[in-house]
Amino acid sequence: MQVIFFMVGISLMLALGFLGAFFWSMRHGQNDDLYTPSIRMLLDDDLKTPSETSSK
Amino acid sequence: MNVTVEPSSNPGFPSVPDSGRRIPVKPAPVIERFAYDNAIVRNFAIATIIWGIIGMLVGVIVATQLFAPSANLGNQYTTFGRIRPLHTNAVIFAFVGNAIFMGVYYSLQRLCKARMFSDVLSKIHFWGWQAIILSAVLTLPLGITTSHEYAELEWPIDIAITLIWVLFGINMFGTIIKRRERHLYVAIWFYIATLVTVAVLHIINSFEMPVSLTKSYYLYAGVQDALVQWWYGHNAVAFFLTTPYLGMMYYFLPKMANRPVYSYRLSILHFWALIFIYIWAGPHHLLYTSLPDWAQSLGVVFSVMLIAPSWGGMINGLLTLRGAWDKVREDTILKFMVVGLTAYGMATFEGPMLSLKNVNAIAHFTDWIVAHVHVGALGWNGFLTFAILYWLVPRMYHTPLYSKKLMNVHFWIGTMGILFYAIPMYISGFTQGMMWKEFTPEGTLKYPNFLETTLQILPMHMMRAAGGALYLLGAILMGYNLFKTMAAGSLVADEPAEAPALEKTYVPTGQDAYWHRWFERKPVPLLIGSLVMILVGSMIELVPTFMVDSNVPTIASVQPYTALELHGRDIYIREGCVNCHTQMVRPFRSETERYGEYSKAGEFVYDHPFLWGSKRTGPDLQREGGKYPDSWHYHHMREPVSMSPGSIMPPYSWLLEQPMDIADLPDRMTALRKVGTPYDNVQIDNSVADAQAQAGDISQRLAKEGIKIKSDREIIALIAYLQRLGTDIKKLETAQK
Repeated sequence: MQVIFFMVGISLMLALGFLGAFFWSMRHGQNDDLYTPSIRMLLDDDLKTPSETSSK
Repeated sequence: MNVTVEPSSNPGFPSVPDSGRRIPVKPAPVIERFAYDNAIVRNFAIATIIWGIIGMLVGVIVATQLFAPSANLGNQYTTFGRIRPLHTNAVIFAFVGNAIFMGVYYSLQRLCKARMFSDVLSKIHFWGWQAIILSAVLTLPLGITTSHEYAELEWPIDIAITLIWVLFGINMFGTIIKRRERHLYVAIWFYIATLVTVAVLHIINSFEMPVSLTKSYYLYAGVQDALVQWWYGHNAVAFFLTTPYLGMMYYFLPKMANRPVYSYRLSILHFWALIFIYIWAGPHHLLYTSLPDWAQSLGVVFSVMLIAPSWGGMINGLLTLRGAWDKVREDTILKFMVVGLTAYGMATFEGPMLSLKNVNAIAHFTDWIVAHVHVGALGWNGFLTFAILYWLVPRMYHTPLYSKKLMNVHFWIGTMGILFYAIPMYISGFTQGMMWKEFTPEGTLKYPNFLETTLQILPMHMMRAAGGALYLLGAILMGYNLFKTMAAGSLVADEPAEAPALEKTYVPTGQDAYWHRWFERKPVPLLIGSLVMILVGSMIELVPTFMVDSNVPTIASVQPYTALELHGRDIYIREGCVNCHTQMVRPFRSETERYGEYSKAGEFVYDHPFLWGSKRTGPDLQREGGKYPDSWHYHHMREPVSMSPGSIMPPYSWLLEQPMDIADLPDRMTALRKVGTPYDNVQIDNSVADAQAQAGDISQRLAKEGIKIKSDREIIALIAYLQRLGTDIKKLETAQK
């Protein structure tokens, strides 16, 4: 059962690591723009294709 | 947030001002012209259609054999045990595999605004993958199998898979590195996680000691082998059938509906949660087995948590269609997507429920699991694939779909097929699970004869086969429809495109320019991040099971198999007996009453590979040894219904005719010694003679009961193995008394 202390220690370190990674990502602008990528991906195709037939 | 964008109203190159980035005034970026490779996408699409139909056809054939065993045509190469793996491999790695590559090659190029890194690599990838599938089609019916579910292919093919997968990875990362769009859209994250995790799973679950080109033994045995296999097996579902499809959903659904995904934030959140949690869930396939309890509990806890990220993905998909449900009414492609996402939601709700130990006690080893799997496979993978094919092929051929009406017919036939498949299987699974556990008031099993529970569910098996046939018919209609479409149009093999080159100088968006750039520009950190996520759970489950001896307490009386028993075991593996028979008596009274003493971890230490099985179409065989006389086994293999009237087991008459091929026994035993089975030199040198001597004894015992059979027939080896099964532990009991 002593292994439980080891596991709790590991779990806490892991959780703190994830929390740290989260704060780091917030402070360094990783999550500054969580909207435009979803729009931008809609705007790529169909620009040079001749006579694009409607294929709805 | 509710901005709808109409791409058609914005025909220029993608100069959408990126509000997050303040671009300083400078010369306009150079517009580069290039072309997307559609030919490779088309090739994977055709392969998807053809292999899909073949895989589903084999599925209907195996389903038919489960109520009409003579549907095996009396032929060993088309018997359930050998072609059930063909069905699973064909639909997972051929149908879904090719569909993944189709979706990735199409969407990755557009999301990166770049052609695939190397056309040569694309071609090698395509033909290499088809060659691997062909090798599976050839080897599995021949009985060349490792017996690990969804990893049955032998070691040379395993190596080929690894090589092709790495080439795919190089092609993918090459494309990402030369991209013209800085941000990696979330679909690519899913592709990267897929790539790295499948590689890790495949390699670790393929550690085999080769005997010859067509035979190998797993490095691991018993409990450890089981844990590795189901860590792999469950995550094959997670990272082959789920993450790449989520990535494809995040690309194709917004495209099809022409609106952005409901929440990009949610997509990122559930990505990290999903890959971190999924990897732990494997042990839920081994509840109540000899796997250590702590590992089982970890599997349960993480399986239950998994519902959150899974539903995150489903909700994100369905809510993308909010305010656009009128489109769903008219657009059959969106109907496929909605049913697919709904099936995903149902399967990922059911999964955590099935992982609860009390539910699992009833559902495991029954048709319930088969129903669960097929809701995911037919609904989620199948319908998403169909939708993407219907959307892609007319686009790449610049022509409208040949028949929208036929597509609509396919949708309804397919949906009915799923229902006719799943509902009877749920009823069947629940019925059989309850019958196995039912006791009379006197305290004896209500259905002591396993066969009674089988006969009860045969009508459900018939309905299931009909449901599968409906689904197959739909896929054939789709094949016809799409090939007609291809014939009517002409493929735009190289689709012209243009985009500004990615600026060399980095424009910071946060305070720290360097790290943001490092993360966003380079795909490698994402790869490492994904790898760390999946390795945490893997290490915590695998390492202690291998390193801590007390997890697998040894039993002194358990000895390695004799040469003849080993040969019988290899025949058992070759014939795929493990597809219908488990070797794992769970510690329930209903099972110990029916089969005998429950299974102990120490009994399997020489089992390379483990043969616990995952489905009881027939009864468990762990305590089969000594239960019946040799002659019973002989007659039962020759003609099962002669011993069990009504049995759906096919006759194995070829085992009575084929001579044993035991010349390589010394090689096999040497390979086993290398992976830890304590055979000594004497045993290895005399293995052939020992096997012949033991076979002679069995042949003589059979002769006494009036059965004349030469001692060199395969049936003799199989009887030797079956009579040994689970008996070592009885020696211990005798000794203790």
